[in-house]
Amino acid sequence: MKQLLSFVIKEFHHVFRDRKTLLMLFGLPIAQIILFGFALTNEIKNAKIIVVDYAKDAASRQIIDKIEASKYFDVENSLSSHEEIEAAFKEGKIKMAIVFPLNFYEDLSRTNKAQLQVIADASDINTATTLTNYISSIVMDYQNSLTRGIKPPFQIQTEVRMLYNPQLKGEHTFIPGMMAMIMLLICVMMTAISIVREKELGTMEILLVSPFKPIMVIASKFVPYLLISLVNITSILLLSTYFLKLPVQGSIFLLYAVSLVFIITSLFLGLLISIKSESQQTAMFISLMATMLPTLLLSGFMFPIENMPLPLRVISNIVPSKWFYIIVKSIMIKGSGFQTIWKETLILFGMAVALLLISLRNFKIRLA
Amino acid sequence: MIQINHITKTYNKGIVRALSDISLNVERGELFGLIGPDGAGKTSLFRILTTLLLPDSGTATVAGFDCVKDYKKIRESVGYMPGKFSLYQDLTVEENLSFFATIFGTTIKENYELIKDIYIQIEPFKNRRTGQLSGGMKQKLALCCALIHKPEVLFLDEPTTGVDAVSRKEFWEMLKRLKDQGITIMVSTPYMDEASLCDRIALIQSGTILSIDTPEGITKAYGEILFGIKSSKMYQLLQDLRNSPGIASSYAFGEYLHITFKSNTNKISEELMTHLQSLGHTNLDLKEIEPTIEDCFIKLMTNTSSLQTKPI
Amino acid sequence: MSAPVIYTNKLTKRFGDFVAAKELSFEVPAGEIFGFLGANGAGKTTAMRMLCGLWVPSSGEATVAGFDIYHEREKIKRNIGYMSQKFSLYEDLTVFENIKFYAGIYGLTNAQIKEKSQALLHQLDLEKESGHLVSSLPLGWRQKLSFSVAVIHEPRIVFLDEPTGGVDPVTRRQFWDLIYDAANKGITVFVTTHYMDEAEYCDRISIMVDGVIEALDSPSNLKTKYGVDSMDEVFRQLARSAKRSE
Repeated sequence: MKQLLSFVIKEFHHVFRDRKTLLMLFGLPIAQIILFGFALTNEIKNAKIIVVDYAKDAASRQIIDKIEASKYFDVENSLSSHEEIEAAFKEGKIKMAIVFPLNFYEDLSRTNKAQLQVIADASDINTATTLTNYISSIVMDYQNSLTRGIKPPFQIQTEVRMLYNPQLKGEHTFIPGMMAMIMLLICVMMTAISIVREKELGTMEILLVSPFKPIMVIASKFVPYLLISLVNITSILLLSTYFLKLPVQGSIFLLYAVSLVFIITSLFLGLLISIKSESQQTAMFISLMATMLPTLLLSGFMFPIENMPLPLRVISNIVPSKWFYIIVKSIMIKGSGFQTIWKETLILFGMAVALLLISLRNFKIRLA
Repeated sequence: MIQINHITKTYNKGIVRALSDISLNVERGELFGLIGPDGAGKTSLFRILTTLLLPDSGTATVAGFDCVKDYKKIRESVGYMPGKFSLYQDLTVEENLSFFATIFGTTIKENYELIKDIYIQIEPFKNRRTGQLSGGMKQKLALCCALIHKPEVLFLDEPTTGVDAVSRKEFWEMLKRLKDQGITIMVSTPYMDEASLCDRIALIQSGTILSIDTPEGITKAYGEILFGIKSSKMYQLLQDLRNSPGIASSYAFGEYLHITFKSNTNKISEELMTHLQSLGHTNLDLKEIEPTIEDCFIKLMTNTSSLQTKPI
Repeated sequence: MSAPVIYTNKLTKRFGDFVAAKELSFEVPAGEIFGFLGANGAGKTTAMRMLCGLWVPSSGEATVAGFDIYHEREKIKRNIGYMSQKFSLYEDLTVFENIKFYAGIYGLTNAQIKEKSQALLHQLDLEKESGHLVSSLPLGWRQKLSFSVAVIHEPRIVFLDEPTGGVDPVTRRQFWDLIYDAANKGITVFVTTHYMDEAEYCDRISIMVDGVIEALDSPSNLKTKYGVDSMDEVFRQLARSAKRSE
């Protein structure tokens, strides 16, 4: 036990004496969240949109004028047909399209009800939501001007269609995504690198030749990074509550408990990588490939998994961050309890056990 | 104390032969040297004995324990200093030492007597980060770390490589003192001049042992009369000797060239001197000399044709 | 006698308060084998890097192959060869590919490369191994090849940083044959070594202690001066007084 403690202390020395690593470990999460905080509060200006005006009547004209007058929008050109909209989106030229159906004013004046279609590129959720809100308020404004404050007899329904992400799954999803990514990165990469560094330095030879059990070497590598990860979770949650005003809806205790499961899974992944790599560069490269990319692409954090082709959907199931992301989202945003996330937690737990078994099978008590 | 029987080790699925059929014994309390150039197989042998590698065939025991089956027991009773000085550069001198002490289940205090002589030299820098120490001091600290648990057998893999001549000499003096305290030491080195400081040595080249004996035994077994020769134009002399009949071998050796004759008579050496003078050499000096370990190594290497490197 | 190939006058390199090399003044004539000795940290590497044009000196003057080490570093680089124990050749290229690569760097024409590499392979008796990966060669052969590559562009000077460390005694001597051969062709050889017997092979030796050149003379004169019979003891007498290390 004393040996283990002394080893853990040594690991902390390594971490705290390397300023750059230290900055990355603790600074990165904070910097990311603060940057994101600013990105969230920044208004969107001059978003390029197109207007398809089939109505070409007084009402549509006036609404278009209001949109053009707004600083938020930059009306590109008015297309004549519906089909061109899809093409414009695909080229990435526009953020939003507005379609006025035929007889817009007529509907409005005769039935007191008119429909207006707003199509937004929701792969960029934040921009899409903000822009549709702006449009809605412009339309509302126009409506009010017609009725001059009296209870509106006229109703314009803005029918919003979110392209690429219809359910708008992504609201406030940044924090869970960041938690998944940062913990994966720290636990996997730092563990892998710190074990491989001992190999490179040649100290692994001495440690192996010592009576200290090799498996204890690994165990003592875990402790510091586990603690560091817990500190990071805390700082992320504090920032999210007080800086971004996104408090945790569910049980904090539950959140920490599942995070612990996720951290352990990540540590074992790091261990496996360290066993398989001989140099720090290899370890770092494999870690990045195994954590950053899948988390960005396949966890549902950036891109909705539902819309992916089948093979990618299948692959996404072996990405631990996908499951953790679902869990954190449920607890933080929906306030769900353990009964709704037990399945995902079990999957993570299973992954941890599998990784540990593979690692132990491959673990060498000798060199080569 | 160490018994090695017919150890063979290959890498890359048998393509690279690191050790072929090595057998040797080291007695308790002996300072045993493994002498050979880089790539001779010294490190492979050390790693097998310290249980870090498995041999392809053959057996070995250290302190009575089998290197394969009883690896845990061996790990408790040996000290090992790998080729690269393996210390944590970002820990201080004292932190490194106390870390290794704890890992080996002991404390600095408990075995301070053993390392005192050595540690005293680096103690003034005990709060300095190891990365900022000189090569000589790192080497001393590494030795302290390998000794801290009072091992029965100490394995030192090229402890003096890359260390300057003064530090090397100091290091060997330290080894002598450790030996006097009863520790069995197996040390490897590529420097032939260090061989004479060992009790017994094994000359190793290309995974094969050329000879095992005391340093005196090895030089006695040279079997030929060796001469040193010099003149004012050394390179010219070497070339002229290579073209002279009657010369069996000739090579540079510090200030002199070392030569052996095909047959040893006074007449032949006189003839050589006359011949060299006629070629314009001045300040000629020819004398009989005692062969060194390096002379023996060169002879053994060139005699064992399979080990011979290509002549230029 | 022609102008010295290396000329330094009070060459100094400081790192902050630390004087790594202090007022080095020496000359090396063409074709000389110049041994550069010193304990670890005595300043050998610093001096060598300044002469190779890798580091700018803090003060003092020096010319290498007739070029000023402050202003004509590119010209210096064209006229020197460099080889160290650590850096030698690309292990994942074949013998011939390595030769071709280095010859190409120094701007040799294809015809020259062909001619040179054939001569070189013949001299080293590596013709059969020309297509083998360098990683498959024993260390000693690699070092010899590495040296031959370092002088392939016929530089005025070649700098050798511990070229024979860990090499077996037979190959070590073959390596020195190559050095002599180069020196006979007029190439100046500037060499550092930890083997004291190799110090004897040099025409002249300088011994650095704590950043200063403490001794500079031929091996026999040094031995006479210090009243000892081996270079080993000369070195020890001088290095023992050293205060600093690395």
